[in-house]
Order: sequence, then structure tokens, then C-alpha cells
Amino acid sequence: METLEPILAEHPFFKGMPPELLKLLVGCASNVKFEAGDFISREGQEASEFFIIRQGKVALELFSPTHGAITVETLEDGDVTGWSWLLPPYRSHFDARAVDLTRAIRFDGKCMRAKLEEDHNLGYEMLKRFVRIIAERLSATRIQLLDIYGTRV
Amino acid sequence: MEHVFDSKAAPGRRAVLSPMVPEIFRVEKYRKETLDTYTLELKPASGTGEHRFGAGQFNMLYKFGVGEAAISISGDPTSPNPLIHTIRAVGTATKAMAKLKVGDTIGVRGPFGSCWPVEAAKGNDVLIIAGGIGLAPLRPVIYQVLAERRKYGKVFLLYGTRTPEDMLYRAELEKWRARFDMEVHVTVDRASSEWHGNVGVVTTLLKKLVLDPDNTVAMICGPEIMMRFVAMDLIKKEMTLDRIYVSMERNMKCGIGLCGHCQYGPTFICKDGPVYTYDQVIELLARREI
Amino acid sequence: MLEPVVEIEQQVTFKQEQLQTLFTVLQKRGYQLVGPTIRDGAITYDELNSTADLPVGWTDEQEAGYYRLARRKDAAYFGYVVGPHSWKKFLYPPVLSLWKANLQKGEVIVAPQAAQAPKYALIGVRSCELHAIAIQDKIFLQGEYTDPVYKARRENAFIVAVNCVTTGGTCFCVSMKTGPKATSGFDLALTEVIDGKRHYFVAESGSKQGAEVLAELTKQQVTAEEQQAAKDLMEKAAKKMGRQLDTTGIYELLYRNVECARWEDIAGRCLTCTNCTMVCPTCFCMTVLDTTDLTGQNAERKRHWDSCFTLDFSYIHGGSIRNSPKSRYRQWMTHKLAAWQDQFGTSGCVGCGRCITWCPVGIDITEEARAIRAGDKSDKATKAI
Repeated sequence: METLEPILAEHPFFKGMPPELLKLLVGCASNVKFEAGDFISREGQEASEFFIIRQGKVALELFSPTHGAITVETLEDGDVTGWSWLLPPYRSHFDARAVDLTRAIRFDGKCMRAKLEEDHNLGYEMLKRFVRIIAERLSATRIQLLDIYGTRV
Repeated sequence: MEHVFDSKAAPGRRAVLSPMVPEIFRVEKYRKETLDTYTLELKPASGTGEHRFGAGQFNMLYKFGVGEAAISISGDPTSPNPLIHTIRAVGTATKAMAKLKVGDTIGVRGPFGSCWPVEAAKGNDVLIIAGGIGLAPLRPVIYQVLAERRKYGKVFLLYGTRTPEDMLYRAELEKWRARFDMEVHVTVDRASSEWHGNVGVVTTLLKKLVLDPDNTVAMICGPEIMMRFVAMDLIKKEMTLDRIYVSMERNMKCGIGLCGHCQYGPTFICKDGPVYTYDQVIELLARREI
Repeated sequence: MLEPVVEIEQQVTFKQEQLQTLFTVLQKRGYQLVGPTIRDGAITYDELNSTADLPVGWTDEQEAGYYRLARRKDAAYFGYVVGPHSWKKFLYPPVLSLWKANLQKGEVIVAPQAAQAPKYALIGVRSCELHAIAIQDKIFLQGEYTDPVYKARRENAFIVAVNCVTTGGTCFCVSMKTGPKATSGFDLALTEVIDGKRHYFVAESGSKQGAEVLAELTKQQVTAEEQQAAKDLMEKAAKKMGRQLDTTGIYELLYRNVECARWEDIAGRCLTCTNCTMVCPTCFCMTVLDTTDLTGQNAERKRHWDSCFTLDFSYIHGGSIRNSPKSRYRQWMTHKLAAWQDQFGTSGCVGCGRCITWCPVGIDITEEARAIRAGDKSDKATKAI
């Protein structure tokens, strides 16, 4: 049977990952597809999974009762949805909604946590990747917060 | 300092008898672009004379009885008439100019300042990165590059604004995006779910861009913080400082290097800038209140 | 055609009474005399009618934040140093109308203001001031754009330099290599000598006009003794500089110390009053002021001297770039002693000491430079030994 291993190896998120470590993850992965408008995760709900996007567009949203859904960030091919699955209480902080037809690889949270706990080399490789993403998003968020196109900065 | 590309060549620089005296132009067209920006198309009131300029240069615009403001030229350098300015209403003069109507007059001094290295970038990929009103001084680059499209490699335009409603030149962005010989990506800092495009700061657009760092010229214009972050990301992508250009903004009163207001370190932004290579400004940008 | 009786650079002497003749000759040639005169308790530069308007027998005592007039024991015409004014007020007027505009049937008509060019004879220009004028020449005449008003006034000006035989407590022209002897840039240069009962001037011309004017005075060939007397006076003056500024590597020193602690220290004293920039003979910043009359039909643009010490100076929409006093003093001093060299190929400081004297809290640019040098942590090699 053909596994997802070659697809994972090609994804930018796993760039440089030793193949023997990547192999350990394949069991937690599955292929998924979302239609435009589908919710991928909901704020406050259990974050039992994360996705690496192969193709498509996903919006991270917060819903304001007076202003409707506000998009805080969009994710595209090569991006990863989030890290709520890694930290207790394993609940999503945003709504993630497919804007376009989106193909992704789903990783089961519980399965992943077990693997990372078991093999710390794998754990470190994965954390390095998530830390980079967290750092990028933090930096982007700070610029966003400054409202640089406004007249105050 | 030697530079790969010289941004000094300013074709529009004309011999002006008295560069402090404005020439009267008439508003031919007025277009509201966004909530706080508008575009003026101007022709000399005398009916004669042309206003040649280089991409990146600016004029001092004067509203009768109110005052002057330095505004970059956002028209087509290859077809400089009418003279086109896109203006954001943020100060006394620019708010007063927002009330101009077709047929009204406005004073023009210029063009002043250095140019984007559009000529020198021939044979290279061109990466244009704009934030907010920063697209206005870069639009002449797009026009000029597209006028001789074959002479350039890949052409990228990355554009970020606060919200979708703040985006300038929507129709033209659509047109450019539809071209096969130009890659256009836009993003906004925040949007409602009705916005189908990207949400995220302009640097997020750079993440996935595959660049040929030795064969690319980057031209950046936007708020200073945005330019610093973009330049840092370009450096991460192994671009050298002399291939990165930014357009600086400071207080200007004369436009001809005599009033002292626009001093930036050893330079005057009105004549040594506004367009600088990044190696000219990287040290200054790291210091506060220069 | 007759050769001028006096050749350029040839030295002559004339008795002190001949100074009035010099004034008259210049007036006859159409010059408005401007020079030192006492006003408001200071020696200022203003219009002169005769030598009686000069501060005869007066001198000035100067220290950081201190200026007082004092009586001399003799009747010297030029026995003072420099006051709060400089010649830029004549060559680069503090307020100038650039143009007027009016609405005629809704149309704006702009009328450029004709560049008025009074013919000034500048009387008593010090060597440091000649250098200041030369520096402003570079700014206004030798760049890409020139200032037509400055140009016309400058070309019309007749300069009578006076060598310094008295030095002030805040002078440091020797450090800046701008004095005390006038070496170029004048039509006439005088050295005033009072030697017992004799009161005379040693004069030389620096231009054809200077030689022609000198030719009209009653004069004698200079003697070796007289030449020596003038030289001695200047040498004595050079040794009595009230201040010193070590210019060794000052350009690198300031650029290197953009963030040194001394700026904060200065900011604790600086009132950002702009005095230093107003009295500085080389400071050239200006702003424009647009006004309309009450009918709204007539507008005018005026040019005013401006100062980098104001918040407004660096204001762009959203705020001022140089918000802190620290950054504004740093801008001024770094511009003067470093950036000026990049911009105009010369220092912006001539060592006249005005900024020290007229600072209400006595901030001393030479002392600040010394403190920055003392605190300079990097690159000891470029430090002065």
C-alpha cells in the first residue's frame, strides 16, 4: 500500500526532517479535503488534530457579535494550522474555516503527543518547526498590532 | 559609496528659474480612492508645458492660502501628462486639497528627489513591495516596467494594506493580476469574512516567494516599520543591501536641499533621496530620532 | 588706463582719521554701510552712517552664557570680538517674502517677489566670519540649486575685514583654523594698531575693488615696524583663545557616538531655545510660512530662519521625528561638526563662540565635544594623544 510518507517529505513543513523520524509520524497522518466554507476547527472546541495544508486557503477567524467574523490571518499551501493540540487543555483558540477547496494532511493530536513523548529526537525536530511558525506569527502579529498604516505610528 | 544601481539619475529634473515659485495647474479629474485618499489629475493652467518626471520623484503641491505638502508622483513616467498624484488626507494641506473640485487650481513645484532604479534594473527580476499609500510612489515603476516588459525578468508586486477598503487602485490591481507576465499578491492586516484574499501583514507574502537573490532588484515603499521588516526578510532571503531600495519620508519645506528640514544623517531626503539603497540607510534606521 | 595706485595684497597704513574717509568713499560708491554698533547692551550689526556709530572704546566680555559690554582704556574702533549678530542677517535675510498670490475671478495668480539686492559694505568682518560666509557660499551658491537672493546680495557686497587683536572668552578660531587673521574672501583687510599715541590701521586689499577704494585714502607705505606690530598683536590674540576644540577625528567621533550617554546629560540642561542656531553664522535652516489676508483673496509665502531645536522642525503627519531634546541637540552638533563635511565638504563650525556665549544655560560645544571624546569607548586609535 502506498503511504503518505512521500507527500509528507515534500511538504515545506517537513523540509530537512530525517526520513527515519518522518517514518514514525506516518501512522498519525491521514489525507483530508475541505470544501469552501467548511469549518476545520472551532474556537473553544477540543483540538484533537492539526493540519498541514497541501493546497487551498484557510482563514483563522474570531466572531464578534457586533462585527461578525473577523479574519486574523489566512493560511495557504505549505502552512500549518496551529499548535493547540500540543498543549493542555487541547482546545482551539480560533475558528479555522476553509475559504477555498482545501486539501490537507490531518495529524491526530493524541497519536502525535504519544510519539513525541516517546522519542525526544522526534519531539525536538517537531518543536523546532513549530517554534519557527510561532515566532513568525508572533512577529507578524506585532506588526499587525501596531496598525502601521494608521496615523499613529 | 559605490552602488550596483544608481538611483540618482533623475530625468525629470528641469532647470527652474525659481524653484520656490509654484506653477499653477488645474484639476482635470478627481477620484476618491479610499476613505482617506484621493487622486488628482492635473494639467498646467497655461495649457502648455509638460511635467516630465522619474519614477519615485515628488512634487511640492500648494493649496491656495493653506500651504504645501510633498507628494510623490503616481502617474506614468512614459506618459507624464496629465500629472497624477494620489494623496492621503492627513495634514492641513492634504485635507484642504481633498476638497478640490474639477477645474480648481493647485500650485506645483518640482519634480524633486531621486528615482527608483527602473532603468538600471533591466535584465533583472523586479520585486515591488508596497504598504498602504506606499503603492502610489511605486505605481510609476509598474507602468515603466510594463511599458518595456520584455527587458525585465520576473515581475512581482506584493501589496499590503490595513483593510480591503484601504486598497488603492483596485481595478488596476485586478488588471495586473490577470497578466501572465506579472505576479501580484495582496494582503490585508484585518478583514471581515467577506474578504476572500489573504489576511496577514505584508511580510507574510514574502515567505513563499522564491527569489533569485543575485538577479533581483527590490523596491519597497510603505511605513518605515514595514520597510524595515520587509528588508530584513529580503536579507534573510540572501539579497544584498545594494539591491534593496526604500523610499524615505521626512518633513520637507523647500524640496531643493536648502531648508535643512529633511536631513537624514549625512543626507537630505529631498535631493539625496527619497529613494535610497538599503546600505545607505541601514545604520540610520537602527538609530532612534535621527 | 591708469594702474590702480595700490596693488592687490600690497600693505599700506593709514591714520585712524582716514577710517571716516573710507566710509565716505564707500558711501559715494553707493554702498549702505553695515557694521558694529551698540544697541540693547550689545555690539550688534546694523546700518552705519559714520565712524561715530562704531563702538569706540568699548569691548565685550564673554563666557559661557555671559556677555557684558565694558569700557576699554583706549579708543579702539574694533576692540571687541563678536556679538549676537552675524552677517547672515544681511546676506540671508531672517524673513523674506518669496511670492504673493491672489485670486482673480477664481484664478490664482502668483507673483514672485523681485529679489531685492541692497549694496552692502560689511564693515568689521572677522576672519571666522569670512569663513562662515565662505561656508554659506557653498550652501547657497555651489549646490544644485542656488538662492538668487543670497547670490545677488553676496555679489553686491563689499567686505572690509578686521583682523582680531582681541580675543573673547568663548573664541576658538585657532582650533577651527579660521583665524584670527583674515587670509581671503575680503575686499579690504585692516589691522587696528594702537601703539602709545599712534592709532593707525595696517591695510591690504584682497580685490580690485578693494585696491581702488584704498587708493582714495591718504596712506603711507607700511614700515617693517608697523607690520611687526600688527603681526605681534595677532599672534598674541591667537595665544589667548578662550576655548579649544580638538578636531582630530571629530567626524568619526560624532558618527560613532550617536548613542552616547552625554546626549542625555546635555538634554538635562538644554532648553531647546534655538539661540545657538540663531546666533550661529553658518546655520542656514529655514521654513516657509503661508498666510492669507482676511478677505481670503491674497496669499503670501514668506521664508523665515528656522531651527532644528523646535519640535515642529521634524514634524511629519503623526508626530515629530526628533521628539526628545537629546536628539535635537545631537542633530545640531553632529550636523555642525560631521554631517556638514558630507554635505558641503567643510566643517559647519568656525569657532566664533557665539553658541557658547548666547546659550542661556552656558552649554559649551567645545566642552561637550571633549566629554564625548572622553567617554568614547570605541576605536581608541583615532583619539587625540
